[in-house]
Amino acid sequence: MSGISYSSYKPTTKVGKWMDERLPVGRMFHAQFVDFPTPRNLNYWWTFGGILSFCLMAQIVTGIVLAMHYQPSGEMAFDSVERIRRDVNFGWLIRNLHAVGASMFFIAAYVHIFRGLYYGSYKAPREILWIIGVIIFIVMMATAFMGYSLPWGQMSFWGVTVITNLFSSIDSIVPGLGTTVVEWLWGGYSVTGVTLNRFFSLHYLLPFVLAGLVVLHVWALHVVGQNSPMGLDVKTPSDGVPFTPYATSKDAVGMFAFLLFFCWFAFFLPDYLGHADNYVEANPLVTPPHIVPEWYFLPFYAILRAIPSKLGGVIAMFGAIAILVLVPWLDTSKVRSTKYRPLYRWFFWLFVFSCVALGWLGSKPAEAEYVFWARVFTFYYFAHFIVVMPLVGWFEKPLKVPGSITEAVLAKNKGAAAAAPAAKS
Amino acid sequence: MAIEAEEPDRRDFLVLAASAFAAVGGAMTLWPFIQQMNPDAGAQALASIEVDLSPVKVGQAITVLWRGKPVFIRHRTEEEIAVAKAVPMKDLIDEYARNAALPEDALATDPNRTKDGHENWLIMVGICTHLGCVPKGQAQGDSRGDFGGWLCPCHGSHYDTAGRIRKGPAPRNLEVPVYNFVSGSLIKIG
Repeated sequence: MSGISYSSYKPTTKVGKWMDERLPVGRMFHAQFVDFPTPRNLNYWWTFGGILSFCLMAQIVTGIVLAMHYQPSGEMAFDSVERIRRDVNFGWLIRNLHAVGASMFFIAAYVHIFRGLYYGSYKAPREILWIIGVIIFIVMMATAFMGYSLPWGQMSFWGVTVITNLFSSIDSIVPGLGTTVVEWLWGGYSVTGVTLNRFFSLHYLLPFVLAGLVVLHVWALHVVGQNSPMGLDVKTPSDGVPFTPYATSKDAVGMFAFLLFFCWFAFFLPDYLGHADNYVEANPLVTPPHIVPEWYFLPFYAILRAIPSKLGGVIAMFGAIAILVLVPWLDTSKVRSTKYRPLYRWFFWLFVFSCVALGWLGSKPAEAEYVFWARVFTFYYFAHFIVVMPLVGWFEKPLKVPGSITEAVLAKNKGAAAAAPAAKS
Repeated sequence: MAIEAEEPDRRDFLVLAASAFAAVGGAMTLWPFIQQMNPDAGAQALASIEVDLSPVKVGQAITVLWRGKPVFIRHRTEEEIAVAKAVPMKDLIDEYARNAALPEDALATDPNRTKDGHENWLIMVGICTHLGCVPKGQAQGDSRGDFGGWLCPCHGSHYDTAGRIRKGPAPRNLEVPVYNFVSGSLIKIG
């Protein structure tokens, strides 16, 4: 894509010119976020990338503020969180924004992932872009998990106990190794304030690792260019429009709609997405009757419980995430967008349904029918990647894909598009 | 868009309205993030303390903690009071009383540094007005400096028996906090 490095940047001030000859930061940003040609037919599902960048920044800003008031010790953590909610000026607001923000971050991430899956955004040449995305997702999950331990309520404590104990399943491969790893993670023989302290340290570190990964993700995106709803790349100037003002203003509309949703939760339902049990201080002597992780982990939790073997369940759970890395090679179809794949479309929505169903089952107790259905949907979850993606790609006869973005837009608008703005590059 | 447009057009209005909206929204969002660092209700609730002075004999001094700062309370001797009263105003580096209970331009006379009828009690925030160290002179055996009051060990500021700066880099007299005699020997600071 020759148009990508094009920059119409012209420094006007003396300082600007001086800087441009030495470190052309302004030129780089102008090229990537003003001139960058973005497909002219992007829909609102494409605004979630920008929304996710906002979510990360918001979590970092509110998190730094919370760390100013939070005490990461077994004795004081729970009380310090209550003090933030009751005493600290605007602590109620900032704490709610951070806690609700984690859920909003995952909502946006799941929309973003399913958008990528639907429109084939993982296919060549976007494999690296996709894999960095999967790594971001994994680091996000680790960060969220450690963050949830910090209020040091019953769900925090028992969540940490259960999830860290997953590593004890290594004992069935190398006896003793799992226990060694778990004790190393805990810094003791059970979850204590020592564990909390290290989780706090890592919870502060990982968002900055995420920020670095996001830079790589955006970089990779700007090298290969954006995918589009038709699965077509920007090939000619008339296929694209400049990022600013077209994509930025569309992103802003999506962002404001998302913020309304975000604020509705932060102001009116701050605890709706959490658990009442987490307002009971951590007690190593009593496990709550029904432990459930945060909603965004529920599908993976259901997969863990569906497998009737300790090690098998753990492998299936991590495998459910790791398999995403292979998606660019598992999907054998030559057509990117599911829009033009009449057969695969059914399987795609069956996959979405399976994920939602697993999420619902993960919130239910591990009893008879729930376990049965969790197994059915776990089976489909993996079959979708391992069987459906390769086979459907071979057998399906895709619909005719338009020759270019311009052709598709013109056909849709029947000549009215002649007045539409074209990219300058 | 017309190149020669003199009148503001719709786009100018939209850009202006959107920018103003973003600026006001941004400022309103920023405010909680600044305000969160100010002392909270819990800190303000600890803003006053009560101290019983009856165990402090003439010539003795105690230090109490108020709002996280040391407060010097000295039960002054007759000589110390007499010395403090004898100092002419022109000898002072800082001629203002620095007493929170008095107007800002009250002069640093000995009566203005204490309470009427309780001139034997000198009560001050024990923080050097130079760079915030705690001066010596409270404990037995401490050096009290050249004027028999306090000596800041950090940069050598000398305070007299009314806590007024007499020598050294400190610019102001030691600050007298708001306090009242509640009953007999009980005082409330803050």
